[in-house]
Amino acid sequence: MLPLKLEALGFAAGGREIIKSITCEIHSGTRTVILGPNGAGKSVLMRLCHGLLQPTAGLVTWMQEGAIRRVRRQAMVFQRPVMLRRSAMGNVIYALKLAGIAAEESRLRAEDVLEAVGLANVATRPARVLSGGEQQRLALARAWALGPEVLFLDEPTANLDPNATRDIESIISAIHASGTKIIMTTHSLGQARRLGDEILFLSDGQLVERASVEIFFRQPQSLEAIAFLRGELP
Amino acid sequence: MNDLSQALAAATHLVVSADANLLVIVSRSLQVSFAAVLIAAAIGLPAGAILATTRIPGRQAVVALLNALMGLPPVVVGLLVYLLLSRAGPLGELGLLFTPTAMIIAQAVLITPIVAALSRQVIEDAWREYEEQLRSLGAGTMAAAITLLWDTRFALATVVLAGFGRAAAEVGAVMIVGGNIDGVTRVMTTAIALETSKGDLPLALALGIVLVAIILSVNLLAHWVKLIAQRHYG
Repeated sequence: MLPLKLEALGFAAGGREIIKSITCEIHSGTRTVILGPNGAGKSVLMRLCHGLLQPTAGLVTWMQEGAIRRVRRQAMVFQRPVMLRRSAMGNVIYALKLAGIAAEESRLRAEDVLEAVGLANVATRPARVLSGGEQQRLALARAWALGPEVLFLDEPTANLDPNATRDIESIISAIHASGTKIIMTTHSLGQARRLGDEILFLSDGQLVERASVEIFFRQPQSLEAIAFLRGELP
Repeated sequence: MNDLSQALAAATHLVVSADANLLVIVSRSLQVSFAAVLIAAAIGLPAGAILATTRIPGRQAVVALLNALMGLPPVVVGLLVYLLLSRAGPLGELGLLFTPTAMIIAQAVLITPIVAALSRQVIEDAWREYEEQLRSLGAGTMAAAITLLWDTRFALATVVLAGFGRAAAEVGAVMIVGGNIDGVTRVMTTAIALETSKGDLPLALALGIVLVAIILSVNLLAHWVKLIAQRHYG
């Protein structure tokens, strides 16, 4: 379904332009990190790409639009994991059932994926009583189980301690290694360096710079990115 | 004061000895209110869920109307159902007036808006939390409504029990459409009204004790269900 094409994409709400005419193509293979100061429109851009928000201008187009309707090819993990009042396993199976996967297959997939994120031992526990880190791992497992071609992650470690963050980052790497395109936002420059291949730098709703991680951190081109890196680096 | 203590002693005797007359009245009461609450739940819960998850025009008006209907005066409901079921009324041919069925209808009319309005509130709060996640997983309005009904089941149990309490404690509607016929349509509330006016204070007081005990236990049960569920499911 990739590349994902954004054409003069815009989004306005309450009389404010949040995304201002962004045009770009996002390709498979690389891990794309959307970076930018608070209020730059990172989360909104991601929701537009994922389809949770409808653009007020421009277009979001995937290759083979028809295929998306048939099978859910993209998934998203949010800053705050939303867990249903059922077991950890039940949460994964719920997502698979919505995707139209048969019960037997769902169970096998759920077991595999819970094992992969290290939650096999709490599979039968109610999801909402798990710790914050465990809930976020479960959210990743739930998305991963769907076998998405693209996974959106919106600040996936924003509320977590360093240990939990490390767990989440290694799971994201594993999901990437399994062939899923990663598109994520973060406010942590360290995380952007560790997990990213390319940076899309947003400022005030505009895409002001796009570069590989290496080049972005070494030689940022735009004034906004230079200011951002200077202000944010420890 | 002497009257009261004498009546109380006699009432206690009636309760303890499980007086046959008392039992008939109490069981008819429970039967009618239980049936009414079943109907109210069958209509009110799905209505609340759909109202919470859809964004149809005029939704706010419906919500406001529903909230207003929560305060529907029982006597007026009784009067309306009476007019519907009376010989000359549109449903007169069914011959339901002054039967337990008529009382069930009246109580159901009275508490369906309560169940719908309160469950709408509960489910809408949950929807606010779940919406993005469920839409991301590809849940349509119907699937989302069902998921929310299940996920808020414990809060909804207290909603339904509140409806039951209101039905069991109500006197105006069942008096009008039931007619307070001994052994047929006499329930706790109508019997209390009648016996008090007749001066049979012991029976009135005994019924009052039972009624209060039922209402209290229903509310305690509701509270307890919620507490246990919260501890277990988060």
